[in-house]
Amino acid sequence: MMPELGRYAGTVLSAYGATILLLGGLVLMSWRRSTRVKRALADVEARAKGAPDGGA
Amino acid sequence: MSLWRYSNPSEFMRLSGVAMPWLWGLTALTLGVGLIWGFFGTPDDYQQGSTVKILFIHVPSALMAINAWLMMLVASLVWFIRRHHVSALAARAAAPIGATMTLIALITGAIWGQPMWGTWWAWDPRLTSFFILFVFYLGYMALWEAVDEPDKAADLTAVLCLVGSVFALLSRYAVFFWSQGLHQGPSLSLDKQENVDDTFYIPLLFCIAGFVLLFISLVLMRTRTEIRARRLRALQDIEARA
Repeated sequence: MMPELGRYAGTVLSAYGATILLLGGLVLMSWRRSTRVKRALADVEARAKGAPDGGA
Repeated sequence: MSLWRYSNPSEFMRLSGVAMPWLWGLTALTLGVGLIWGFFGTPDDYQQGSTVKILFIHVPSALMAINAWLMMLVASLVWFIRRHHVSALAARAAAPIGATMTLIALITGAIWGQPMWGTWWAWDPRLTSFFILFVFYLGYMALWEAVDEPDKAADLTAVLCLVGSVFALLSRYAVFFWSQGLHQGPSLSLDKQENVDDTFYIPLLFCIAGFVLLFISLVLMRTRTEIRARRLRALQDIEARA
């Protein structure tokens, strides 16, 4: 399954590894922040709706 | 129907919410096909050996490094001219993605350069302009964080974006402006004679499409987060005053 990379195996695999790590980290961090902000906003909106003046 | 109606945050959230699952699916499919084809399905180059497989991540990331900044430039101009908050937030959302793409291009370029050029780094016009572009990305993100007042931050970062565009364009055309240095000319061209061979070209097109779709998906996701974060801050301010 793995292609024969010969003497440049370390070079090719490290380039792909670094890319996957950086892109994966970016997607993960973006997703985590998105989830965190979404939850915090839902909490504040729920509190605002429950406030006597409706959060106005 | 005007395009500007999507600069309304509610309309933007509605439309992007519908588009995002499709975009993520298409991104995974295109990027998956391109990378698997490029890595497993292409032969070694007669000169570069298996290092030619780095092409499939280096070229798309370098392209996106420049194009992300150009997208930020357009968004900044829209902010300047029409004062649409969504465009300023989209520019802010794109910056970390562009910075990551630039870093990937620099790292994969260095890893590729070592066995081919005999050095990890040279102060070559294209490499240097890319490095400066990366520093501009860092400066742009730092400026957004440093200014508390959102509209002022949007104004200042838009100015920085205009200045940095010079280096984004230099990164693209450095090999033409200065015919010196180690970096080769473009790998892609409308002239078939100048293009890489079709064996590499077609999977490369898939990878480029995959990186473009990944960029769009991430920008939409991060812009939605920025819109929510702005609303969150506004509601927290109201709570604090009450």
